[in-house]
Amino acid sequence: MMDLTNITKSYEMGNQVVHALRGVNMHVDEGEYVAIMGPSGSGKSTLMNIIGCLDVPTAGTYMLDGIDVSDMSDNDQARIRNQRIGFVFQQFNLLPRTSALKQVSLPLMYAGVPRSERNARAKESLTIVGLGDRTHHKPDELSGGQQQRVAVARALAVNPNIILADEPTGALDTKTGEELMEIFDQLHDDGITIVMITHDREVAERARRIVTLRDGLIVSDEQINHQKEVAS
Amino acid sequence: MNLTESFLTALDSLRANTLRSVLTMLGVIIGVGAVIGLVSIGNGVQQSVTADFEALGSNLLTIFTDRDNSGGYPSLTLGDVDALADPLNAPSISEVAASINRQQLVTWGNGEYNTSIVGVTANYLVVNNLTEFLAGDGLYQPDIDTAARVAVIGQEVATELFGEEFPVGQEIKIGDINYEVIGVLEEQGQAPGSNPDETVYIPITTAQQRLGVERTRRGEKAVDTITAVAASDEVIDAATEELTEVLRERHDIIFADEDDFRILSNASILDTIGNVLGLLTVFLGAIAGISLVVGGIGIMNIMLVSVTERTREIGIRKAIGALKRDILTQFLLESIVLSLVGGGIGIGLGYLISYLAEQFGDIPTFVSPQSIGLATGISITIGIVFGIFPAWRAASLRPIEALRYE
Repeated sequence: MMDLTNITKSYEMGNQVVHALRGVNMHVDEGEYVAIMGPSGSGKSTLMNIIGCLDVPTAGTYMLDGIDVSDMSDNDQARIRNQRIGFVFQQFNLLPRTSALKQVSLPLMYAGVPRSERNARAKESLTIVGLGDRTHHKPDELSGGQQQRVAVARALAVNPNIILADEPTGALDTKTGEELMEIFDQLHDDGITIVMITHDREVAERARRIVTLRDGLIVSDEQINHQKEVAS
Repeated sequence: MNLTESFLTALDSLRANTLRSVLTMLGVIIGVGAVIGLVSIGNGVQQSVTADFEALGSNLLTIFTDRDNSGGYPSLTLGDVDALADPLNAPSISEVAASINRQQLVTWGNGEYNTSIVGVTANYLVVNNLTEFLAGDGLYQPDIDTAARVAVIGQEVATELFGEEFPVGQEIKIGDINYEVIGVLEEQGQAPGSNPDETVYIPITTAQQRLGVERTRRGEKAVDTITAVAASDEVIDAATEELTEVLRERHDIIFADEDDFRILSNASILDTIGNVLGLLTVFLGAIAGISLVVGGIGIMNIMLVSVTERTREIGIRKAIGALKRDILTQFLLESIVLSLVGGGIGIGLGYLISYLAEQFGDIPTFVSPQSIGLATGISITIGIVFGIFPAWRAASLRPIEALRYE
């Protein structure tokens, strides 16, 4: 479903040109669970932005479900983000002073879903992440783990086929991080494609495939065998 | 996303930061309040002055001596009055009255009151709408013919001199001569140019005998003012012409010479006053309008700060699918809502200013629907004009940069 061919991305910083990606080729199938690893500056965030249609590559093509999205207008990209991709960020990125229900129904609002249906679907999403009883809480009334679960619920609200997670456990303690990963496992079992950036090897190993980037290039691409983990 | 949704989103954002929203609105509130309040004072004064003049009769013509052209002598006489009252001479004039005005001390018992004594013809009180009496009656032709020593006094004069005593039938003194009070006028309120409440009216003939009379060049006894009533508003110009003709002929003024009198019509005075007060209202409104513009800049200022402050929020909204248009509408609506709500509260404040001015400043006020319409229009315009730039700035933010903003 995702086909990245020879993707490069360079920025101008002052007089210097920074090459964040130097020709990335990657293919992700529907339903895959991929972790992207790499040190700071390896280009993994840039890659994530391109996959998430938040940014366009300098060169190369990115086909999403057979459609070339590497050269789309801002508005077309916004529609793709809205309808097919759910984002989960390290810092949760929830709107301040806004109830969980409203946060989650926001993408539905931008998708043009009528209000009553919106609220029902948002509530459903919150129930999936175990926050069915916290719909009217605002971010500052929720713990970090709960906030991140609201973010996941928001990502799920429009029934996207892709979840992109940028260091989703980065701001959580081990226990709540583990709870979040269980939700991700569940989503993976439901057939949703997940691409996740992480520093944490242990977290990355929850995925079925680990792609490692270094200096703007993919240096390794390994499948993970999960049989052994069941014991713990 | 439709307009209703954008509107509700804008309301949510404003409510999430109520204090800032209210402070932002303050400029518009004060601006609109000032416009409505000041214009209401201007309108009110204009209306009340106009009403005063109209109560006097807009078809009233007042004739004075023009001493520059009369050799320094008064030029008007009771003979002139009789000539003008003749419909054969002046068909457009329905009534002619005359008066002599002096300032003198009036006494009764121990009380004294320095005020204006007006010698009048019998119809003077009627012509000037002074026909309501608290007690007694007005002056009649026999009083004039016999130069009777009688007086009709204003309500204020009665209170000053008599207090609780009943004035009618009492003898008051004006310069050593006794006058019998035969009537007390109802309270009239201030009228332009005179105050009937503080006036003593006596027969004009009596005034000519007792108050020291001026004489014309020919030695006739003079009067100060002639008041002519045009038969209707339409014939004011004709009446003015007839007046001029009759008086020039009676005063033997040759073609080359100027009139030795001046004619003022209430209608033209009203016009002039209306113009001046209208200008004053516009002036007050313009000054208040400046504060509205300042209020608008205040909105723009806060909206720009708010765009910067909410960069991350804008990034999030864009990441989850908000179009450029959605962000633009949301921020534009926020500023329109701010200025409209501010305008609404401002209208309330305007009413309050107008109410306070009336209650405590004793200034007549009138809040005109036009000024409310204008203020509302200006508020919306301010919202759009000063909101469009910040909104455009918000909508143009790139999502990745906005998300990265700390």
